Amino acid sequence: MIRTEKIIFQVGQFELKRLSIEIAAGEYFILLGPPGSGKTVFLECLCGLKRLKSGRIYIDGRDVTNLEPRLRNIGYVPQDYALFPHLSVEQNISFGLRVRGRSQDEVAETADMLGIKQLLSRSIAGLSGGEKQRVALARALVLQPKILLLDEPVCALDEVTRQEVCSQLLAIQRKLGLTTIHVSHNLEEAFSVADRAGLLHHGVMQQVGPMDELVNEPNSEFVARFMRRDKHSEIPKS
Amino acid sequence: MKTAANTSFGPPGRANDRPVRGWRDRVFSAASFFFVSVFIVFVLVLIVADVLYIDSQAVLTALTSRFVLGALWMSVWTSSLSTLLALLFAVPMGYALSRFRFPGRFLADAVVDLPIVFPPLVVGLTLLVFFSQTALGRWIQDDLGIEFIFQPKGIVLCQFVAAASFAIRSAKTAFDDVDLRFENVALTLGCMQWGSFCRVSLPLARNGIIAGGILTWARAMGLFGPLIIFVGTAGGVRVLSTTIFLEQSVGNLEVALAIALLLILVALIAVTGIRLVGGSAMVKL
Repeated sequence: MIRTEKIIFQVGQFELKRLSIEIAAGEYFILLGPPGSGKTVFLECLCGLKRLKSGRIYIDGRDVTNLEPRLRNIGYVPQDYALFPHLSVEQNISFGLRVRGRSQDEVAETADMLGIKQLLSRSIAGLSGGEKQRVALARALVLQPKILLLDEPVCALDEVTRQEVCSQLLAIQRKLGLTTIHVSHNLEEAFSVADRAGLLHHGVMQQVGPMDELVNEPNSEFVARFMRRDKHSEIPKS
Repeated sequence: MKTAANTSFGPPGRANDRPVRGWRDRVFSAASFFFVSVFIVFVLVLIVADVLYIDSQAVLTALTSRFVLGALWMSVWTSSLSTLLALLFAVPMGYALSRFRFPGRFLADAVVDLPIVFPPLVVGLTLLVFFSQTALGRWIQDDLGIEFIFQPKGIVLCQFVAAASFAIRSAKTAFDDVDLRFENVALTLGCMQWGSFCRVSLPLARNGIIAGGILTWARAMGLFGPLIIFVGTAGGVRVLSTTIFLEQSVGNLEVALAIALLLILVALIAVTGIRLVGGSAMVKL
């Protein structure tokens, strides 16, 4: 379970404003919002990559606000995946295991689960977008985290691959029981995987709830406008 | 077999990797290549002129002279040591200047470049004044007994001061080019900052650091001005550049040129060797 209490993070003109949210264990949470709304910054705060100005972060009831990133047991897949270009696929996946001095037996198993076993000896440079996404996911999952943070994991993929990967993400999340936050600005993507969603704008969480609730019972004009894009044009203009 | 495609001017890569280009693109490529050709030909002509000027006797004198070989050895080990020292400073300094925000960072950044702007003679003069005229310098020389003036250690110090900026600047640029997200991901995967530096940033910045090392070594190898002032030209502190100066000052121009060609040859071998070891395709100067 993830719980944030009135977290404030400031950088330049931008601020996450007293953001409080609770995400249940094993929940697939989609974090929506327009570009620049603070979605990535929020994930980085959860990971410990950004130091909060104030507020607390709890993971499974434990206060991790001042805990180093390496001690939070969070799997993080950043935007564009940030795969280490000087390492092979296998070395990328086993990176965390080697750092922690753990056996690398799980590399093959994780690669097998994600269908990338045949890529293990390849270099990162030659991989397609979908392959890179799976390698980055394997690198995060191999450490068996309790929490998985995905920053726009499928935005660089084509429509067909995106749907396929979303289904796979959901299946893996259910199988491993991971508490997952998936950042996106794509509503179809959100509908296909989300248990609940939250809409962030200018560093403020506008509304949290099931996707249907955000669409049908928006609590503000902004939420209504954002959620009625694409196929949900039945929401009346305000 | 040569084809029209592989003999034409154009970007690197296999012929079928290149885009279709019009005549303006070809003119642009040809113009770029023109400047490459002019520069390389000019440098080669200068070297050939030296080669033509000297005779075999001068070469034999240069290659068999105990003094010249001593100076060659002195040049090689001092410039190698000063390069190692420069890299020892350059890697942490380049990383700190690239990654950390601290008061006075812009000033620190500017000070790093100062020795590049200094006339080389000023480096020697400054070192001489420091070690002979200041209390701290005299304490180091006299009380600690670490003598630099007119000593081989002074050569290394001169080379370090005059050339380390190249290594630091290159290292900073190389670390600037490493995306911070790589380090962040490494932190979430279990690294401490030291670990993410060693396992991710340093390997990714490696080519830029090697390039800086090559520049530093080349600068140190050819250094002359500060050495004349700070360490002089006595037998035990003679390097190739000061030996060339001494030979030409007594009228042995042919021997001086032969030594100069030896210096060029050694530098060429070393730079090529480092490039090959570092991965020729990846080292960018």
